[in-house]
Amino acid sequence: MADEFDYCVIGSGPGGYVSAIRAAQLGMKTAIIEREALGGICLNWGCIPTKALLRTSEIAHLLHRLEEFGLAADKPRIDLEKIVKRSRAVAAQLSNGVKFLMKKHKITVLEGTATLEGKGKISVAKDGKRSAIAAKTIVIATGARARELPSLKADGERVWTYRHAMVPGAMPKSLLVIGSGAIGIEFASFYHTLGAEVTVVEMLDRILPVEDAEISAFAQKSFEKQGMTILTGASIEAIASSPKGVEASIKGKDAKLRQLNVDHAIVAIGIVGNVENLGLETLRVKVEKTHIVVDQWGRTGVPGLYALGDVTGPPWLAHKAMHEGVIVAEHAAGAADLHPMNVANIPGCTYSAPQIASVGLTEEKAKAAGHKVKVGRFPFIGNGKAIALGEAEGFVKTVFDEATGELLGAHMIGAEVTELIQGFTIAKTLEATETELMQTIFPHPTLSEMMHESVLAAYGRPLHI
Amino acid sequence: MPTDILMPALSPTMEEGTLTKWLVKEGDEVRAGDVIAEIETDKATMEVEAVDEGTLGKILVAAGTENVKVNEPIAVLLGDGESKSDVKENGAATKAEPPKSAPPTPAAKEPAAERSDEPAAPKAPASATGSGGRLRVSPLARRLAKEKGIDLTALTGSGPGGRIVKADIEGAPKAAAAPAKAAPSSPAKMPAAPAPSLQLDARAFFPEGAYEEIPHDNIRRTIARRLTAAKRDIPHYYLTVDCTLDALLELRRELNAKSPKDGEGAFKLSVNDFIIRASALALMKVPGVNASWTETAILRHAHADIGMAVAMPFGLITPIITKAETKGLAQIAKEAKDLAARARDRKLKPQEFEGGTFAVSNLGMYGIKDFTAVINPPHSAILAVGAGEMRPVVKDGALAMATIMTVQLSCDHRVIDGALGAQWLAAFKGFTEDPVTMML
Repeated sequence: MADEFDYCVIGSGPGGYVSAIRAAQLGMKTAIIEREALGGICLNWGCIPTKALLRTSEIAHLLHRLEEFGLAADKPRIDLEKIVKRSRAVAAQLSNGVKFLMKKHKITVLEGTATLEGKGKISVAKDGKRSAIAAKTIVIATGARARELPSLKADGERVWTYRHAMVPGAMPKSLLVIGSGAIGIEFASFYHTLGAEVTVVEMLDRILPVEDAEISAFAQKSFEKQGMTILTGASIEAIASSPKGVEASIKGKDAKLRQLNVDHAIVAIGIVGNVENLGLETLRVKVEKTHIVVDQWGRTGVPGLYALGDVTGPPWLAHKAMHEGVIVAEHAAGAADLHPMNVANIPGCTYSAPQIASVGLTEEKAKAAGHKVKVGRFPFIGNGKAIALGEAEGFVKTVFDEATGELLGAHMIGAEVTELIQGFTIAKTLEATETELMQTIFPHPTLSEMMHESVLAAYGRPLHI
Repeated sequence: MPTDILMPALSPTMEEGTLTKWLVKEGDEVRAGDVIAEIETDKATMEVEAVDEGTLGKILVAAGTENVKVNEPIAVLLGDGESKSDVKENGAATKAEPPKSAPPTPAAKEPAAERSDEPAAPKAPASATGSGGRLRVSPLARRLAKEKGIDLTALTGSGPGGRIVKADIEGAPKAAAAPAKAAPSSPAKMPAAPAPSLQLDARAFFPEGAYEEIPHDNIRRTIARRLTAAKRDIPHYYLTVDCTLDALLELRRELNAKSPKDGEGAFKLSVNDFIIRASALALMKVPGVNASWTETAILRHAHADIGMAVAMPFGLITPIITKAETKGLAQIAKEAKDLAARARDRKLKPQEFEGGTFAVSNLGMYGIKDFTAVINPPHSAILAVGAGEMRPVVKDGALAMATIMTVQLSCDHRVIDGALGAQWLAAFKGFTEDPVTMML
């Protein structure tokens, strides 16, 4: 006899485990199936351990500037093994935290690999044994994995995905980062700060292509000033690895070929959904470009079968998956006052040095959508707290609809902006206009004052510039 | 402690009603279940029963008072040993100010769906009754509404907790242009009734005395409110088909001939009874039409509860033949006759005319050939039935005569796509033209 549940989630990443918690809160008998570690990529191999690594590089960066702050110390040494160990410990602590949360909410955790066996039926395979589960609602939250180069497999030796890059055996002297999205840029920043010679190759004409063009340009300048090499509009013509390293032939913007020999290459060219071996075909679940097609409530079209998070497509962000997790659980429970996610209000963060954060439309996209815009900018150099911190590089940009005063987008680069962006996200969610933002009192001295000034600047009345 | 007797909600959609008559007077003893007052609701006259025993201490709302809000205290009931002196001026049990003078409280206005959870709870707290709640609206939506001249109070919010957001404004109809300037000189003449939009008062065009003024009753207000909203919010589309009725009329003659002369089992089947049965069977055959729209899901109904529009001197009402697919023609005929009779006497219970899954409106008896009907939510479709009349038709390549009835299906496109509506009409036509299949 199969164990029966009201709600069963396949995959315990941030989307999956949050959905399970919300389902349990709503009184559903809930189970979650995980083939590796609780917490999925985010907690174990993504967001969290990389933030631990980047904290190290942030401190290292400050150590280079000790004198500036009136301190002196012997030349600091880098202990890569300890850096990685700390990152793994942080990941393990949080994975344990998810285990605790599952227990607290009386969610059954099933270890193993899940396969859909029909409507409402799952089999879980573990060590050659199979068990059967029945659930009224099934949620696929299997996430995604790194997309690989067609010509060169990431073997973990010389060619890495994010997963290898997180647990390096030795510090690379030189590194090629292929792809300049958030993942590529974060690793480029980490390794560069710790002393590696880093080259970033981006096919499009600018790095961080989803960000506002001004942010991309500022970021590129900043990284180049730090000593990173950035090649945009560039393509990998040939690439090969040997036990000694990676040899790449890169065609630049100028159409000239250049040869590059590096210790390691990180492939960060996007991700593909984990849709294989789930039994999706038997249920005729629609899959497009490795992602499951769902509606605004996460429904797949098969009654009782939902999907959420990275496996359903971009933006591939943990907080988007978590929000969907709540929506799916509430929809399945028939909760009242349910609202689909507003994609325009999903913030995005890149934890490089400098940090980058944004929400809503870029200036370019706002104009393309037919808005006449008012744009405000405010630089870090005009902010007292930024100067006191010794972080005077960066700016805050806001884009308003001229006719209605709607905040269409906010884009920031500089220290701690990833912690600031939620202020604008709340404003967007509440549909605040420039009036409410202008009337908001921002504490002094904080970096957040720049958000205020940027709004004022959009209407021609900044106070500190 | 004295207890307030509150204006009950006698149906899920009732917001206010007219207290037409008190059947007890101050000082009378009442027991639970005693009928104490009569109330005219949206569509019917209802009796109010006492839920507790005691002495009627004070009547707060006089007989004949219109627009009494649901949950407003209407009288005070005294318990053992309590006297009239225990009664404060405006209701006893509730320490709070009576709703009419109370300022709107933030918690006052819950979404309609939540309020209807306990439609008949007479002891609901008075604080939930406020005549107006706080209007929840985003700053951007407020600004857009102002610029576009949209009346926010006429909108339903789609944001969290019913908050009005930008998207609600973008889909909203504009209020009449420059209403303030075009309004008549006497503002007192503006109707105080809930006006969905600021329309020009028709009285501005006519001298006083040139017309008779018939004040709205609840039925008129309900018709105006619901049908305006339905026509505005539902993407209607229409499908028309002709049905040859001769076989049905023949079958009807045969069946009616078999009825006992009078007494228990006597029946007289009307064409409309056949149409209701055919509709019910078509709904079972094409269940996608037997459905209701909600913001989160389409509700597909298990049974065909068919509302039949009944015209009355005081307005329109659609009593419902429930589970019509399970009922034979004689049963449908009997129920339809009974419902129509009681509707005319305003004696229908709310559950007999609220809801339903589909509606039939028949104007054939007035000689109407065909017409277009407005969908009455929660239905997703309504069948407009014209007169069955002799018309020339082409049959087997030659001109012939046949009894033809034109029917038109109005569909809610959010629920029913064109092909689905067409399938339903084909099924309906099939049943009416080969009526023996209705007997199965």
